[in-house]
Parts: sequence; C-alpha cells; structure tokens
Amino acid sequence: MWRDALLVAGKDLRIELRSRVVLNQVLPFGVLVLVLFALALGPGRSTLLQAAPGLFWVAVLFSSVLAVQRSFAIEATDGTRDGLRLAGLEPAGVFLGKAAAVAVQLAALEIVLGAGVVFLYGAGVRSLWGVTGACLLATLGLAASGTIYGALAVGLEVRETLLPFLLLPVVAPVLLAGTRAWQAALSTGAGSAGSLHGAGFLGGAGFLGGGDPWIGLLAVFAAVYLSLGVLVFGSIEEAA
Amino acid sequence: MPPAVRLRAAVALTGRFPALAGADLIVERGEVVVVQGPNGAGKTTLLRFCAGLLVPSSGEASVLGYDLYRERQEVRRRVGLLGHSSFLYDDLSVDENMRFAARAARVPVGDIDDAAQMMGLGGRLQRTAVGRLSAGQRRRAALAVLVARRPELWLLDEPHASLDAAARSLLGDLVVAAAAGGASVLLVSHEPEASLELATRVVTMAGGRVVPADRVVPADRVVPAEMGSGANVA
Repeated sequence: MWRDALLVAGKDLRIELRSRVVLNQVLPFGVLVLVLFALALGPGRSTLLQAAPGLFWVAVLFSSVLAVQRSFAIEATDGTRDGLRLAGLEPAGVFLGKAAAVAVQLAALEIVLGAGVVFLYGAGVRSLWGVTGACLLATLGLAASGTIYGALAVGLEVRETLLPFLLLPVVAPVLLAGTRAWQAALSTGAGSAGSLHGAGFLGGAGFLGGGDPWIGLLAVFAAVYLSLGVLVFGSIEEAA
Repeated sequence: MPPAVRLRAAVALTGRFPALAGADLIVERGEVVVVQGPNGAGKTTLLRFCAGLLVPSSGEASVLGYDLYRERQEVRRRVGLLGHSSFLYDDLSVDENMRFAARAARVPVGDIDDAAQMMGLGGRLQRTAVGRLSAGQRRRAALAVLVARRPELWLLDEPHASLDAAARSLLGDLVVAAAAGGASVLLVSHEPEASLELATRVVTMAGGRVVPADRVVPADRVVPAEMGSGANVA
C-alpha cells in the first residue's frame, strides 16, 4: 500500500511540476482571495487582524477545491482513469498517494498564504507550533476528504460545480477549528487562549498557543477521513 | 494451469443495458484469438470485461484463474489492455509513463529502454512528453507501455489503428512473440488482412454473445449491412 502511495504521489507531483496548474492558477487565486477580503474589510488594521485567521482558512478551503479538481482532472484525459485502475495498484495506496500529492500542494499554498497574512495583515505569530500544527492537520484532513469527494464526483458530467457543493459543507469543521486554532496561535487581538476552553498543552496557553482543543478536532477530522478513504476508496472507484 | 479466459453465460451491464449478454468463451494459454463482429456486437466490452474493468452481473467468469467477481485487482495486475484510449499521461514523458506502468505492475524496469527502442521511441522521443507526440507515436507509446508491463493476457482493441506499416509489422512480431512466451492474446479488429494471419482461432460476436462456430456464416455469404443486420450470423 505505501509503495503504491509513493508511486501515485510521485506521479501526481511530477505532473504538477510539468503543468504548473496549481502554481500558476490555484496559488494566485488564493492570494487574490486574501487581497480581495482585505479590500472589502477596509484599511482598519484591527479588523483585518481579527479576521485574518478566518480569511486565511477560507482562502485555503477555496483553493483546496481547485487542487482536488486538478488532482482528478489529470485522470480524466485519454482514459487515464481506467489506466490507473488497470495499473493494478492497491486502492488504498492510490487514495493515500493522491491525498499526499494534494497535501503537499496545499502545504506549499499555505506557506505562501500564511506569509501573506503576516505581511499583508500584519499578524504576529505567538505560537509557531500552534500555527504549523493546525496547518499540518488541517491539510491532511482537507486532502483526505477532498480526495474521497473528488473520486465520488469524477465520473459525473457536472463534477466541476458539484464538488464544491459536496466538499465545502463537509470541511466546515476544518474552517472552524483552523480559524480558532490560529486565533489562539497568532497575535490578532482576538480569541485569547482563555476563550478557547483549553488549558493548553503544557498548562496555561501552552506551546500550541492555547488552541489545543481545536487542534485536537483537526486531528480527529484528519484521522477519520484518512481511515475512511483507506477503507472505501476502492468501492468508490469501482462504483463511479 | 487454468485457461487465460473462461466465460460461461457471462453477463455485464453498462447502465441497464446488457453489453455482454451471456457470453461463452474459453481462451487457452498461448492462444491468439481474433474477435470479429459488427459494430455494437460487444467486442470492446468483452475486452474491458476480461481486463477487470466491468463487474459481472451473472454467469461464471475468470481470467488467468482469478475470479472476476472477487479478484479483479489480481486480474488487472496481470493483463494489458490496448484500447481506443492510450491510458497515457500527457504531461509525463514516454519513459515516465513506462516506468510508472512497470512499477505499478511490479515488474522490473530494466528492459524499458529496450522496449522503447523497439517501438521506435528511443533517444529523444523517450524523454518527450506524450502530449507532444503524434497519434501514431502515442499508439506506439501505448504499445511500449504494454510491453513494459509484460502481461500474461494481451487485450488488443483495434491495435492497428493509427500505426504505419512498420509499426503494424512490429505489432505482429510482438503478438507472435508474446504467444510463443506463453501469453495469450485476445485481439479485436476490423482489419482481417492484418489480424487473421496472427490468429490461432477466430471467434465472432453478435448481440453481446460469442456466436457458436457452427452458426458463423463464411464471409463471402455475409449479407451487406445496408440489406440486413450486417452480422455474419446464421
């Protein structure tokens, strides 16, 4: 399974390196979302700071829909989806490989968007562990759930419009938990550690910035969807 | 050793339509079986079914000894399908497509350069993105991938399409060599002059079934399509 996952992830990332769709289209889209929200909220620094975590995760969620669509679009040309099934790979390996490739692309996107939040909105980082932990777990959850729903939608003619309807409600917990975890881990003037029901990983605000419960929720979300994908991806591929 | 293909009253649905409507067929190891029949007879469906891409609805069906109900994954790993699509990734080079296919099928990648060379895709072409190849070169690349996978059952759907004379000749050599090596070949073709010389047996399909040999009408007695069904079935 792991060998097949590496093979598929390597293939998908190599295709992305050649086509640069995520780099040239998805990344600018994410940055544009951040800039447009900044314009809509006006020049008030405190408003931007308070909204920064939510805007970051909204931009990531929208971008993840595009990244997932791209991940399955490469299996839609010249019979490549049948080719992938004929390759004889373990379905769980295919799922993990495609999810890993999406996760790598999302992680790169989050680094750029995170830098945008810091420099564009002037947010400071209180807990680097909190910021990176939330990103890592949310990325796994988004990639896993996106790969499942992408596979469900791939055989349909309306997949481009259907996928956001399927995926965005499902990943609402990631938006909520990611935003709250970042509010705790960033110096935004909002969402202090005390308001997060968490005593912190090491007591007080903790090294996760006090967003432990939300990071825990992200971990559960990622674990559930990774497990679900490993178990059902083969059935989805057969039925789609 | 079980036969390469064993179908008994096999039914496969595409939607609600029985594209394979009770097919009976046995292909022994090392056989080259050419499948003929009019458009819509179920020839392509038969190949996709044998490749493990379709789920049987009823009947008995096994390929290379693996049950098509429960062991399609094992079947897919051991067969090679050359279909109307190339199954190739446009953004990857010929070499990368071949390596991916070989590694996925768990066969050594050492012979890939030779296979590409043999298909006339050596050197610069081997490193060229498939999306930049001509239709004929794509077909050659798809064949090279098939060779790299070393399948035990070759499923060839109109393999001569888009190939020039040299590549057609090479395809013939590949089929003969595969059969000599113990692999079986199921070949669908509308070009009898190119395919029949390779065949150890010819079967005819009509209406999603393999027509029994005693009911097949010789080609010179076939009613022209515009005057009848077009199927050479008694």
